[in-house]
Amino acid sequence: MLEHDVLVVGAGLAGMRAAVAAHEKGANVAIISKVHPVRSHSNAAQGGINAALTDRGDSWEDHAFDTVKGSDYLGDQDAIEIMCSEAGAELIRMEHMGVIFNRDDEGKLGTRAFGGQRKARTFFVADFTGQAMLHVLYEQILKTGVRVYEEWFVLDLIMHEGRCAGVTALEIATGRVFVIRAKTVIMCSGGVGRLFEPSTNALIVTGDGMAQAYRAGASLMDMEMVQYHPTTLKGSGVLITEGARGEGAYLLNSQGERFMKRYAPNMMELASRDVVSRSEQTEINEGRGIDGCVLLDCRHLGEKVIRERLTQIVDIGRDFAGVDIMKEPIPIRPGMHYIMGGIKTDVDGLTSVPGLYAAGECANVSVHGGNRLGANSLLDTVVFGRRSGHHAADVTKDMDWPKLNIEDLAGQAEDSLQKLLSRNDSGERWSKIRHDLGVDMDKYFGVYRDERGMQTLQRNIQNYKDRYARVAVQDKGRVFNTDLIFTLELGFMIDCAEAIVAGGLERKESRGAHSRTDHPTRDDANWLKHVLVTRTPKGPKLSHLPVVITKWKPEERKY
Amino acid sequence: MEVTLSVRRYNPDDKERPSWWQDYTVDVERTASVLDALIKVREEVDGSLSLRCSCRSAICGSCAMRVNGHAHLACNTKIIEASQDGSKIRVEPMGNAAVVKDLVVDMKMFWDKVRQVSPWLQPAGPEPAGEYTAPNEAMLHLAGVMSCIMCGACVSDCTSLEVDKNFIAPAALAKAYRFVADPRDAQTVERLRMLNEYSGIWDCTRCYECVQACPKGVAPMDRIMAMRDKAMEAGFTKTYGARHTDAFVDSIEHSGWLDELRLPIKTVGMFNLPKLMGFGPVGLRALMRGKMPPIFHTPVPNVKNVRRLFKKVRATQGREQK
Repeated sequence: MLEHDVLVVGAGLAGMRAAVAAHEKGANVAIISKVHPVRSHSNAAQGGINAALTDRGDSWEDHAFDTVKGSDYLGDQDAIEIMCSEAGAELIRMEHMGVIFNRDDEGKLGTRAFGGQRKARTFFVADFTGQAMLHVLYEQILKTGVRVYEEWFVLDLIMHEGRCAGVTALEIATGRVFVIRAKTVIMCSGGVGRLFEPSTNALIVTGDGMAQAYRAGASLMDMEMVQYHPTTLKGSGVLITEGARGEGAYLLNSQGERFMKRYAPNMMELASRDVVSRSEQTEINEGRGIDGCVLLDCRHLGEKVIRERLTQIVDIGRDFAGVDIMKEPIPIRPGMHYIMGGIKTDVDGLTSVPGLYAAGECANVSVHGGNRLGANSLLDTVVFGRRSGHHAADVTKDMDWPKLNIEDLAGQAEDSLQKLLSRNDSGERWSKIRHDLGVDMDKYFGVYRDERGMQTLQRNIQNYKDRYARVAVQDKGRVFNTDLIFTLELGFMIDCAEAIVAGGLERKESRGAHSRTDHPTRDDANWLKHVLVTRTPKGPKLSHLPVVITKWKPEERKY
Repeated sequence: MEVTLSVRRYNPDDKERPSWWQDYTVDVERTASVLDALIKVREEVDGSLSLRCSCRSAICGSCAMRVNGHAHLACNTKIIEASQDGSKIRVEPMGNAAVVKDLVVDMKMFWDKVRQVSPWLQPAGPEPAGEYTAPNEAMLHLAGVMSCIMCGACVSDCTSLEVDKNFIAPAALAKAYRFVADPRDAQTVERLRMLNEYSGIWDCTRCYECVQACPKGVAPMDRIMAMRDKAMEAGFTKTYGARHTDAFVDSIEHSGWLDELRLPIKTVGMFNLPKLMGFGPVGLRALMRGKMPPIFHTPVPNVKNVRRLFKKVRATQGREQK
């Protein structure tokens, strides 16, 4: 039988950090991931990781305040204090593991500026920090010998006597179904970017874990907080790092004007992401865009800075936009990038379901609140990945194995797969539904939203559910059947869409990334609180939780 | 624009045909990549076509495959480049690997080789309280190797691996270099000792395929050559590879051209009779075809100039080492 004290779902930064931490505590730990660990979407994090190092004249309280302000006061300040005060040690830990951060002249870790922060405290590896960290964490996984179920797709969480007790999973290469028993499960499955079309996110980012936790009874929190990144490439939506603006790149409208001076006169291009994205969208809506885009101009940075610090952007400009960034500005637009919302957890990663933890983008601790600062996501993954790994391992020490009927569970999972596979071809395929849903999400849940649009979206989602109930899988085989995988992912995406739009309709104010044209201002009197969505047979049930405020009283947010 | 992809397909469940070519014609944007076209096929034409892909921007390393006979990432290979005259684009799984289904190959051997080089940082002594101090140039240099995304394109097209499955192959060797050249790592000599063995750095034939295949500019072969230098500097001069290198250099310095007769003898050693006997048949065949190198090796005219060049290079190297 396959069994582990701690089973981590997902092998991005949060997942591998959690696994290394659980291993340190002596637990029998394994990772299950639908792709090989180094293919995970943490790769895409370009800019860096934030940490306030005292020996560099910075203070974690300053970092915490920038994060609180960036969150539009929706972040829980106890969690933010933990993240920012542990950031330095965690950064050094990553360096000791082998990450090759860029250095200053004395050979110490060097920093760059990033949006929404008054100090340069972003540590980086050129512009592929996520990739550099991900590959190093995978090195640590090889060193520890932690088992990785590579290219295994989690079908469902197993609930037993009110606890999460493992997963049912499909081995993609063979198409065989397995049960993996676990005392605790840590969900580190990432975000849900592909629900939106276009998105900066990789094709694998389909909200599987959020939906599985939601189905298992966990609460999702602040799902309406969907981040639009200010600089995504026209057309494909490929990401251009905030590091470009951090290094000094300008944003220009069709008149060649640095329009940010009208929206954020102090921070200019380095205001927080929600502010910059809204500014760009306003320029485009008011006719000062070019073909639905504005321009990102790097030319004045000079070849040396571009070559040394923005390596990947040179390639991306050339390969995906046909632009030489040394010579021309790049057409960009705000694009769906990240979800601040996710599975509600405490500061040790524990969700509302016993035995189930969550960390990384799929989780909501909440440190990002209404808007995540650039380079705080990598920090979130490693700090809370580690904390959940430690906690989940500790609690398994005197825990008995859940008594599961493995054959029954595997049989049920196999039956439902068979049912899906043997459905008539005449039905619709996943691809059409996924595309239509994505376009709808972008249209009605974009940078700006309103009641009518979101209601239309909600009705449409019901329609997508009906279409999904009749979906047909074209590939009937079992070996590496990606058609089947995509079909299953679509089911998860639709559940996430339901929670996102429920949250969006519920929050009747504009805060952080949630900008409603029908409720254009922040309303602290009524909405300084979290919106929770829980699944019931009758549909999503909404509830609220107060925001934890420790040191920083909400005030007007200006950049 | 319309494009036709000719895809090498395979399905282990299909007992009637071991593998087959299938043509798909799709309409794509002029700026589309081969991956865009394949995704279009998968989504709109044939759901049974299997391939790996994820990021679409050349960072996840999932979509390496052979396009028109050579390994590429499908996501950063443009349709118009792959089919300049509008001809069919040939798409096949990577080489040097067993096919699981269609364009999906088994990466187990690839990762086993990576594991073989102990790919994790091994510093000496207790960890410092803060970060390790390291020159930025060294870190920038390593960034050139760390930008490897482990896509496998270099391994797919490695000609040494094709004839010897034990060769550690370019990706894992480039990974090894990432530690050998890391000033924080304390196992450099041990690593080089291991890499000096059979299947390591001396088994590369310098065919340049890996340099050409790499989509990230890692140039694995250059890293392998750098490790040869480092190995010899670390005192590993007794290997065939190291002696071959020395013999080569000696010959050029001495006569200005290669003494092909003495090169193998110096490489394996004058008294290494079994090895020397092994050259017998080759020598005999060369003799029969009139390709035997001259027994008396005479220097080229003006060999003094060649020797002056050597002197100059040595002087510069000396300065660099200081």
